[in-house]
Formats: sequence, structure tokens, C-alpha cells
Amino acid sequence: MDPQDQQLVIKIVLLVGVLIATALLTRSSSGARHQAIRRVLLVLFAVATAAVIIAPQLLSGLAQLMGVGRGTDLLLYGLAVAFVCFLATYYGRMRMLNRQITELTRALALAEGRREGTS
Amino acid sequence: MPNEDVAILVPVYNEARVLGDVIAGLVGHVGHVVCVDDGSTDSSAEAARHAGATVLRHATNLGQGAALQTAIEHALTLPGVCYLVTFDADGQHQLSDALAMVDLARAEDLGVVFGSRFLDERTKAGFLKKLVLKTAVWVTNQSTGMRLTDAHNGLRVIRVDAARAVHLTQNRMAHASEIVLQLGRTNLPWREYPVHVLYTDYSRAKGQSLLNAINILFELTFR
Repeated sequence: MDPQDQQLVIKIVLLVGVLIATALLTRSSSGARHQAIRRVLLVLFAVATAAVIIAPQLLSGLAQLMGVGRGTDLLLYGLAVAFVCFLATYYGRMRMLNRQITELTRALALAEGRREGTS
Repeated sequence: MPNEDVAILVPVYNEARVLGDVIAGLVGHVGHVVCVDDGSTDSSAEAARHAGATVLRHATNLGQGAALQTAIEHALTLPGVCYLVTFDADGQHQLSDALAMVDLARAEDLGVVFGSRFLDERTKAGFLKKLVLKTAVWVTNQSTGMRLTDAHNGLRVIRVDAARAVHLTQNRMAHASEIVLQLGRTNLPWREYPVHVLYTDYSRAKGQSLLNAINILFELTFR
């Protein structure tokens, strides 16, 4: 493979990562299914981390396979995508929380209004 | 009272300096004056209550859109109310304009009457302010498909059947476009009415800056 083609693999992998982040951002993230997916990803992450710690050459091998020169580079790219994913889920949660606070605050205010109306 | 079936809704955030006078000027002219105090840290709530308004308090500051939604939901529970009027707390709107808009709504059986600063020459706005407002109008028109001359004008008359279709989720300033969108979707007849917006030093100091317009743009794009 010439260098251009080699970079294609990592480009696709990273783009898919960004796409997943975007999907998470637009999708409503509630329920047990979402939580289960997150837990599975977490376990996968733990296993992968452990594997790389035990055998660092795995990361370099994977990097080579993807057309990235070194394992550290792959790690950096992966981190960048993971960070965007984190931002996406965090943003979704923030929005949900904001909505809940709004509803709660409104319910309190409306209850106050009803009390004033009857007194 | 001829306007017993009108509720004026005033979202309030830290307006104690002027609120008392604004509310006092409304009470007695319409059936209900409802203030939603959006978590003010000053004495706005007391001032409004003292002046004779019903006051609902948000425990924490949520934004004008949220306060307006709370006010609307409360007003819809009031018996005998037919028209809701949204009214700014800073004293830039005139009661006479609001009542004229209600009269227009009654006379022409309209669901909504929007106040507009730009239908006549009475309102004096600076160049930058005009630019900001016109941009906001343009964005709103693009996203709602309606043809308004003024978008971020707090003075509106909304009949209860139209008000039931309003569910504002934009807590901050972008609600002004959102409310136009939701009212437009009711397909009820609407009109614009020329109103005089009084820019006092007080309202100018709190008014919309260019930065605010950027915020509105972002809130509308990334909702």
C-alpha cells in the first residue's frame, strides 16, 4: 500500500468514531439500553487497556495494520475521538438535566400560583 | 371592566427599580396581571406583589423563555381569561398599545397579534440595534416561514386557543423566535400592530447587544 492508501484506514476509523459521537449527540439518551451499551464499551475499553499494558507491541501492531506509523499516534487519535464522544454524551446529559430543572422549577411556581388563587 | 378577560404576563428578572411603576400602571386596567419572577436576587417579587400583581417565583434563574412559559401555563388555568398579553418588565411597552392590540384581536377574530417597532417611525433605535433586530427578524422569518417585520418584540397578544399550542423549550433569548414558530403552526389568523417601544436609559443598559444576537443565532441553530 502506498502511504495515501494506508492513511485511508485510520481516516475511516476516526470518522466513524466522530459519526458515533454525533449520533449520540442527536439521539435522546435515556433508558437501560443506553446504559448497557456504555457498560459494554467500558468493559471493552478495560480489556483493551489491560492487553496493551501487558503486551505494548499489540498497539504498535494494530497501528501498523491501520496504516498509522506508531502505537502512540494511534493512542492519540483514539483519545481525541474518545474525548469528542465524552463531550457528546456529557452535553446530552446536561440538556436533560436542564430540562428537568426547568420542569421542576415551573411545577413549584405553578403550585404557588394555585395556592394564591385559592387563598 | 371591559378587559376583564385579559391577563397581562410579565416575566421579570432583577427589575426592582422600575417594576413597581410598570405593574401599578397595569393593575386595574385588565382582569389579571401575572408576574413570573425568574429567580431575581433583588426585591422584584415584593415590588410586583405590592403593586398588586400575582407573583409566581422560579426558585432559580432559568431565562425569559422559561418564565414566559410558566406565565402562560398559569394564565391558562385562570377562569374566564380569553386573551394573554406578554409584556416586558422594563417599562418599554405601553399599556395603550397592548389594549389596542387586544381590541384588534377581538374586532378581527385574530389568534395572535404581534407588536412591531418597525411598522411606523415612532420607535427610535440606533443603527447597531436596528441591524441586530433586523438580523433576528430575518433568521426568524427563515425558520418560521412567516413574514414579520419585528421578531424580538416582547409585546404580543395571544388568544387562549393559540396559547395552548405554545410549549417553549428555549429557555434563553431564542424563545422569541420559537414562540413565533409555534404560534404560526396553529394556522390561526394573525396580524402585526405598530407599537411604540420606549428606549429609556434603563432599558438601553439591559437591552440586546450584538453579542446577544450571536447567542440567539447559536441557540436557534444548535437546539
